[in-house]
Amino acid sequence: MEPLMAVAIGLLYATAIFMMLRRSIVKLVIGLMLLSNAANLLIFTTAGMTRGAPPLIPEGMMQPPSGVADPLPQAVVLTAIVIAFGVLAFAVVLIRRAYEVVKADDLDKMKDTDT
Amino acid sequence: MRPEVALPVLLPLLSGAISLLFWRSRPMQRFVAVAGNVALLIVSLWLFVSTLSDGYVTMQMGSWPAPFGITLIADLLSAVMVLMTAIIGLAMGIYSLATTGRGHEKFGYYPLMHLLLAGVTGAFLTGDIFNLYVWFEVMLVASFALLILGGERAQMEGAIKYVTLNLLASVIFLTAVGLLYGMVGTLNMADIALRMDEAEHTGMVEVLAVMFMVAFGIKAAAFPLFFWLPASYHTPPVAVSALFAGLLTKVGVYAMFRVFTLMFDQTMGYLQDIMLWGAVFTMVTGVLGAAAQYEFRRILSFHIVSQIGYMILGLALYTPLAIAGGVFAIVHNMVVKTNLFLISGITHRLQGTYQLKKMGGLYRERPWLAIAFFISAFSLAGIPPLSGFFAKFVIVRAGLEVEAYVATGIALAVGLLTLYSMVKIWNEVFWKSLPEDNLVPETATPTGDDGRLLKPSLWMMYLPVIVLAFTSLLIGVFAEPIMWVMTGIGDQLLEPRGYIEAVLGASASAEDVLLESSAAAEEESTADAEGETP
Repeated sequence: MEPLMAVAIGLLYATAIFMMLRRSIVKLVIGLMLLSNAANLLIFTTAGMTRGAPPLIPEGMMQPPSGVADPLPQAVVLTAIVIAFGVLAFAVVLIRRAYEVVKADDLDKMKDTDT
Repeated sequence: MRPEVALPVLLPLLSGAISLLFWRSRPMQRFVAVAGNVALLIVSLWLFVSTLSDGYVTMQMGSWPAPFGITLIADLLSAVMVLMTAIIGLAMGIYSLATTGRGHEKFGYYPLMHLLLAGVTGAFLTGDIFNLYVWFEVMLVASFALLILGGERAQMEGAIKYVTLNLLASVIFLTAVGLLYGMVGTLNMADIALRMDEAEHTGMVEVLAVMFMVAFGIKAAAFPLFFWLPASYHTPPVAVSALFAGLLTKVGVYAMFRVFTLMFDQTMGYLQDIMLWGAVFTMVTGVLGAAAQYEFRRILSFHIVSQIGYMILGLALYTPLAIAGGVFAIVHNMVVKTNLFLISGITHRLQGTYQLKKMGGLYRERPWLAIAFFISAFSLAGIPPLSGFFAKFVIVRAGLEVEAYVATGIALAVGLLTLYSMVKIWNEVFWKSLPEDNLVPETATPTGDDGRLLKPSLWMMYLPVIVLAFTSLLIGVFAEPIMWVMTGIGDQLLEPRGYIEAVLGASASAEDVLLESSAAAEEESTADAEGETP
């Protein structure tokens, strides 16, 4: 499973960077979305993929038995998803406003503040 | 239980919540903006005094033992940064009362300001690397919204660059955190530091170190990753610019100091050169960029970049003295840079423009403002006896001690170029007479950012400017006690043992704690079963 995930994550990162390098601001935001999803999958995978062993501690024991899934990265991914969701919602509104103001879906037309 | 560690985070969150409750009540929001920030300043002083006497102040959130729960920890560096944040926050709270237009206040300027402060102090105080990411995001989201309040074209364009590059940095940061967790299996920074020492040295450590360096480099606006900063910082209302200039990039620098002294200290030999030259190029490109500009706030924005170079240079030299100098530079820069932005806001109010060519004659009209600018600008350039001189002096001396002559020489030359830019502003804004084609009305009617007339409330703009100028003077005059604190910071950062023990307890290994507790539990159970067998 891990090699498959590694390939998928690599593809996601590559696609995201490619999309971010496009001139269209819509594609830029799509790239950002893919990028945060790629990072989430990466955290999920690096922590080790364990199936069918929920991290429950049996009664009377201090520690879970060995070989259970690590709950921490899942909590981390969950937090990261929520944050990314909020930030991307903002980014979508931002590009809509920017499109209204600049009247172009083109980053090359947004150079007023660079000079 | 040490409440003073948590309070600097909780208070701004509380003020933010209160001002959200009074969404429609402008006077209440304005009151909270000042009162909340005064309270923040008081608890920050409390925290600073505690860390001065105890060295480290920690608190385990939810009473989960250290490597499992989230730790809040203040060492001297964190406490000093929080204290400076509170000072800047209070200055901004007062200044915003006079400069924020009704339109901005209606759309949540004050709640966002409090949330931004909460994000900044949270990032300074957390002892957990993922929590650091979360505080970075809190800070970023608040800054995004502040940046586009008003919705002008320039703000939109600046915001797209700002948002994209900062999100990219966040994702790199998150990726690095994920890989780090895969490698060491913990997120607590002190625990990571321990396990990094034990971990096998594969190439992964270096890869992670570089990822952190790039992520924080973007946030700190270091060369060659700083382009979002001069493209966006001059677009929002001036109070927002000043708040960003004082706080945001410094959080990135702080994160670098923390991560590279605590967790990746063994990679420093390898990264030192990259960081050193990165710092040198940051200084040079920033100051050269500023030399070409004729817009007040853009000049200042480029100088933020340039000054970031000094701070990173302090870290890159990696001796206790150099780190002390780097932190001194952060402290000095937060005061001075904020003040320069505030002054640019006043001159904008007086003359209606940020273009240097169109301004003039303020030395005759407003001599006190000119003196405040003079102090801040010359402090930025590093003229004795002002605060910038001592920051630069310490860094240069540390550079000479480790024989980094080229970097040190460039740091000195950049000081001269900084002086050039500051003199340029001085000449154009204060010295030369007002050009005749400037359409400033004789009485210089003050308006809010949305163009609505406000009551002439210049004193509310002057008050923070004068206080901050005094602070800069005082930092210069009382450089010795401050340097004593900074040396303490340098020693603490390069001797992370104390930090680790403060977080994890004297036994200093999560493994041991776990084993001990389970062993104790086993002993108890066997004791129960077998009666009084020893």
